[in-house]
Amino acid sequence: MYRACLYLIAGWSGFFVMGIELLGGRLLAPYFGSSIYVWGAIITVFMLALSLGYLAGGRASLAAPSLKRLALILITGAAATVPVLLFGDVLLERLSAQVPDPRFGSLLAAALLFLLPTGISGMVSPYAVRLLVADRASAGHHAGKLYFVSTFGSAAGTLATSFYLVLYLEVNQILLLMLAVSVAVAVIAWLLPAVAES
Amino acid sequence: MLLAVLVPAAVLADPPLIHSERSLYRQVFVYGDSYTRCLCFTRECKIGRQSCIDLKQPSRLMFEYTQMMLGSLLLDPDPRSILIIGLGGGTLPRTLGRLLPDADIDVVEIDPAVVSVAAQYFNYQPGAHQHVYEEDGRAYVRRMLRTDKRYQLIMLDAYDNQYIPEHLLTQEFLTQVRSLLAPNGIVAANTFSSSRLYQNESVTYRAVFGVFYNLKSANRVILASNAPLPSVAQATRNAGHFDAAFTALGFKSISILSLFSTEVDWDPKARVLTDQYSPANLLNSRD
Repeated sequence: MYRACLYLIAGWSGFFVMGIELLGGRLLAPYFGSSIYVWGAIITVFMLALSLGYLAGGRASLAAPSLKRLALILITGAAATVPVLLFGDVLLERLSAQVPDPRFGSLLAAALLFLLPTGISGMVSPYAVRLLVADRASAGHHAGKLYFVSTFGSAAGTLATSFYLVLYLEVNQILLLMLAVSVAVAVIAWLLPAVAES
Repeated sequence: MLLAVLVPAAVLADPPLIHSERSLYRQVFVYGDSYTRCLCFTRECKIGRQSCIDLKQPSRLMFEYTQMMLGSLLLDPDPRSILIIGLGGGTLPRTLGRLLPDADIDVVEIDPAVVSVAAQYFNYQPGAHQHVYEEDGRAYVRRMLRTDKRYQLIMLDAYDNQYIPEHLLTQEFLTQVRSLLAPNGIVAANTFSSSRLYQNESVTYRAVFGVFYNLKSANRVILASNAPLPSVAQATRNAGHFDAAFTALGFKSISILSLFSTEVDWDPKARVLTDQYSPANLLNSRD
């Protein structure tokens, strides 16, 4: 149960990041277009955010790691997307007037909107590895399974968002739905009895 | 018998490939023989022809949709400033430049490869009154809205059957296009005649422009205005100015006039496309 919950969090976090990335393209397009520069800017910001998140997540796992704290990371990452919902359009409107260049304007916009939520989401995987690994011998095995779940979640998030969700829901509705799932997953993790961490 | 079988096959086969280049967005193909030359975005050219010229009669408009787009001149016969979003082989700016030598024409094309192919293979040279901007159409419209620049005619020719830039087919974008029109301005859009998208697109244009002229044959062209739509009688009178010019381009103004319709032949309850809801490509793939 404890392990399943760790995999659930990692898989969902992967889904969440790629869902947001695709919607990011939609959010920026009205202001900066959908040229290759805009997608380049978005992917750059997400990769940068994840790399920093991995670093921070590994660091955070050094001090008293627990499933409850991991649940908090998940919720914080979700909460960090709330400004996108509330102020996204205002920010993009101002920014595209100040920096109309499709490359640096969209890079700045993507960084302001997505660096924080994606970075926090990136903390999940290394932190979960720490909770999974019991000994050095099985460390690679567990890490491999966790990468699998997390990246598989990313693939699912990409497909679900681009093929189906955008056909039925508005961009902000999809964001809200994903926020709600993040909260639900975090609550499940929080309520799970504190198992002796093997 | 044999001839009857052979001739359609010869007509249907793609002419030889003359040039192909990979751009930032797609592969650009130029096909042609000694009679015609076509710009395509797919290897199978028949389904994705963007633009064709008749080498023996270069001014002839080979596609009905370009003729229908010129139907906008029946609503305003003398637009002084024109914006065209989507260059293709340059047929529209070339033809408009000839019909209206004093009009200022701005063309926005996202793909630099299309701009160079139009120049090299379709002999599109921007005239003295023409400018080509290599930029996303929506970014350009937003940028112009911050200036005093307004256009009397805006042509949207950026969609094709393979891929629709979804941010160019939303209520917000069309509202921006409407705002970029001068008083009594006209919008002409080359759009979709089939698939489920027809319903959504129709209600979206309706929401922004109110009643519009819907020109349908194999293609669909929407003609709309930010003012009350000029009457068909007015369009018929304006057509008189262009009878000779259109005949030289290979079509009759009356054949375009006969397509003008304001009939609502779509589901008015279809969902309006917005920046929040714009699955145009998914809708276009459904019947």
